[in-house]
Amino acid sequence: MKESVYSICGMCTVRCPIRVEVEDNEVTWIEGNPHLLDGALCAKGSAGPALVKDDERPQQPLIREGGRGAGRWKEVSWETAYDYIAKKLNTIKKEHGPESLVVSSRGGPWQSMYKAFCHAFGSPNYTNHDSTCGRNTHHASLSLNGVGRKGFVYDIKNSKHLVLFGRNMFASLRIAENIQTMDMLEKGGRLTYVDVRQSMTGLKATRFFQVRPGTDYALILGIINEVIERKLYDQKFIDKYVSDFDQLCTFIEEYTPAWAAKECGVKEKAIKQFVDEIAEDMPHVIFHPGWMLTRYQDSFYASRALHILNVLMGNIEIKGGLLIPKGPGDCNAKGIQNVDFPKPDIKRADGVGWKYKHFDKGPGLQHLFFPTMLSEDPYPIKAWIAMRHDPFTCMPDPEAQKRAFDKCDLLVSIDTHYSEFGWYADVILPESTYLERDNPICLQKGLKPRLAVRRKCVDPVFDTKPSWEIFKNLADRCDMKDYFPFNSMEKYWEWQLEPTGLTMKDFEEKGFVSLTDEPVMYDPDNLEGQFKTPSGKIEMVSKKLTDAGLDSLKPYISPEKPSKGKFRLVYGRSAIHTHGHTINNILLYELMPKNTLWINTRVASKLNVKEGDIVDVIAVNGFKQRIRAHVTDFIHPECVFTVHGFGRQIPLQSRAYHAGLSDQKLMVGMLDKWDKAGGGLNLCESFVTVRRSARNPRRRVEL
Amino acid sequence: MNKYMIYLNTIRCIGCHACEVHCKANKNLPFGPILCEIDHKPLKSIRGVPKTEFSFRSCYQCEDPYCGDICPTDAITKREDGIVVVDDEKCIGCMACAGACPWGIPQLNPLTNKMVKCDYCVDRVDAGLKPACVTKCTTHALKFVTMEVV
Ligand code: SF4
Ligand code: SF4
Ligand code: SF4
Ligand code: SF4
Repeated sequence: MKESVYSICGMCTVRCPIRVEVEDNEVTWIEGNPHLLDGALCAKGSAGPALVKDDERPQQPLIREGGRGAGRWKEVSWETAYDYIAKKLNTIKKEHGPESLVVSSRGGPWQSMYKAFCHAFGSPNYTNHDSTCGRNTHHASLSLNGVGRKGFVYDIKNSKHLVLFGRNMFASLRIAENIQTMDMLEKGGRLTYVDVRQSMTGLKATRFFQVRPGTDYALILGIINEVIERKLYDQKFIDKYVSDFDQLCTFIEEYTPAWAAKECGVKEKAIKQFVDEIAEDMPHVIFHPGWMLTRYQDSFYASRALHILNVLMGNIEIKGGLLIPKGPGDCNAKGIQNVDFPKPDIKRADGVGWKYKHFDKGPGLQHLFFPTMLSEDPYPIKAWIAMRHDPFTCMPDPEAQKRAFDKCDLLVSIDTHYSEFGWYADVILPESTYLERDNPICLQKGLKPRLAVRRKCVDPVFDTKPSWEIFKNLADRCDMKDYFPFNSMEKYWEWQLEPTGLTMKDFEEKGFVSLTDEPVMYDPDNLEGQFKTPSGKIEMVSKKLTDAGLDSLKPYISPEKPSKGKFRLVYGRSAIHTHGHTINNILLYELMPKNTLWINTRVASKLNVKEGDIVDVIAVNGFKQRIRAHVTDFIHPECVFTVHGFGRQIPLQSRAYHAGLSDQKLMVGMLDKWDKAGGGLNLCESFVTVRRSARNPRRRVEL
Repeated sequence: MNKYMIYLNTIRCIGCHACEVHCKANKNLPFGPILCEIDHKPLKSIRGVPKTEFSFRSCYQCEDPYCGDICPTDAITKREDGIVVVDDEKCIGCMACAGACPWGIPQLNPLTNKMVKCDYCVDRVDAGLKPACVTKCTTHALKFVTMEVV
């Protein structure tokens, strides 16, 4: 019998709404939820069933037998695995205190369950991957607007001009946003794209700036200068909502478009023409403040300056601008409840909240655990549970990370597939894939806030479990019986919905419940209270930053030029893969089995490298990987580019094994290079040597 | 005359290759055959923006299908609405059709040892739906067009 199930995609963390057809416990069709996406789905979304069927993923709990990373595993039952972990956790708690546990996960709507586990255990040390993702952008927005990066949604559809600095949205797909952007362009809207190379997004641009790597901030300053010089900003908005605008005006004086043009390697005339365009399009201009903007030494300030441009446009809570997402309260509705445990009153091991007071305390900063783990100051870290989180793929320099992780007595990986970290861990707990499990109901804020839920579509193919069950079972064995007092997801959903008066039946028609029929907008002339800074204003100068000894308006420092024979290593995405998660998926692997190294034609010819040649890419410590070169005019000569996620080293993933190159393994020493103001790692501040590899055969010596 | 055709709005296409996977997933195809193809020419700078356009190609559903003429078991037929379909019962997997097709469109499905090619997802069309690639195109760039005689 054919069944139709509404759910949420899990092939990447965008979590698009989907509709799934199931017949005889097999997924026969997945499409984007017709009510929200009119069927649209990306390649990864369609490759979901291939993940379910992939037998190169862990099929039951595994306990390490050989040395860490040796790949010798004992297959065990769930009971044995739970008991093993609980016994270790209980010993560690007794000997070192509960705070010696770290739980890490991905961000997103379901993290409260993992965070609550960490807190219930007695540790404040919950963290996530965000210091290699959105932290700089998040902190930039907080320091200016008083709300984090999720404090705005972008009304791209109604905008006239979208400006993207390296936000390669047609490779880092978010389907709803992609469709909106296309609709906007078809209506004659403009797209300005800035990057060190041409990308899928740049192809669609009406204006393109190819800048010298690391100079985004300079270009943004030049644009601000011109906007202020020509008095194009929204004076009324600024008078009403902004503090210290005069300081911005003084600061920006020296950063003229002529200066910016020279610094970035673009034309001054082009900057001025661009400003002419935004003058026409204001206030319906969106400067996207970046997503994964943990790249350069000044990415935090670049993001902050992009937010400043939005403020100058006066585009907040205006159609075609930045909109404040609304929650249940705005719709006279009640929200759902989620498990929660108060954070123990113990100093965080990453220093966030006491050593570093200007950062958001939520998930802290993951890379700052490593120095603590090595020094054991203020206390040792002895156990790490990584929930669908792969530090070795997501963070630089896995070898350096291993030195810190080796101080732990227990490393646990909970994931649907083998992660590089999991392969090194002591226990692998296989989570059921998103098509095989239920997840809690989540609230999706927006102009029309809604509740959505992921539902199990088929029974697990292997002996895997949903994450709630895994955490509940561990909690029960660690004396944390109150942590999750529910025996099934159905019971939990019921409890989640209690305040709302809704039942699961309400989700059946469309897969979600809209909390309002009409979009909710605030009065743009009455936004008092929306900016949650200490002064309640949009603060050009943030007291929090000043108190931490940091600039709010930071003078520009020109990025380092690579020395002879070296290149800045820049990485990004492709629309086919979700970082390292999907490389082994047979349908996606078929389309993109390997990455390539983009290199500029002129420098390639100096290195005697031709399209398709094998090149050696060498890190500062001599560590070397090989990859095929893609020689192109459309990348800046100072850098080389590759798609992140490849070069995996898990023998049981036969397709992904050693396919392509892994950028993060070449980022030697980069765990220590991070942004003191934004908290993110500076992932594009490493340099590599590139040369033609001796592996290119010079002649054929066999028959 | 062919009743249907698939049209790509190149302005909307972002070259994400999702359509190729949508097609494979719908037909439950293993590693190997890919029935439609997104392609592009090398980038060229146009008014300062390096540009290219994507193209979409699947079976042309020829007026007079070369693949059908050569098939020794008459497994390939052209329906009234123009769609060229293969009858799995009759196909013996000899792949003569692939050689006869000027574009080498027919491919072997290694799971069934039968020929497989784009048939506009004929089962979906008969159910009043659109082909998989069109239905799920990431940016709604693909359209399933019904031709009308004016
Ligand atoms: S972008 Fe693609 S993979 Fe990510 S959630 Fe959406 S459909 Fe799934
Ligand atoms: S799915 Fe649509 S947008 Fe993506 S490549 Fe195919 S036609 Fe283009
Ligand atoms: S397979 Fe080739 S010959 Fe046959 S209908 Fe398609 S395009 Fe024409
Ligand atoms: S119409 Fe169907 S069979 Fe043809 S390319 Fe599209 S999805 Fe594939």
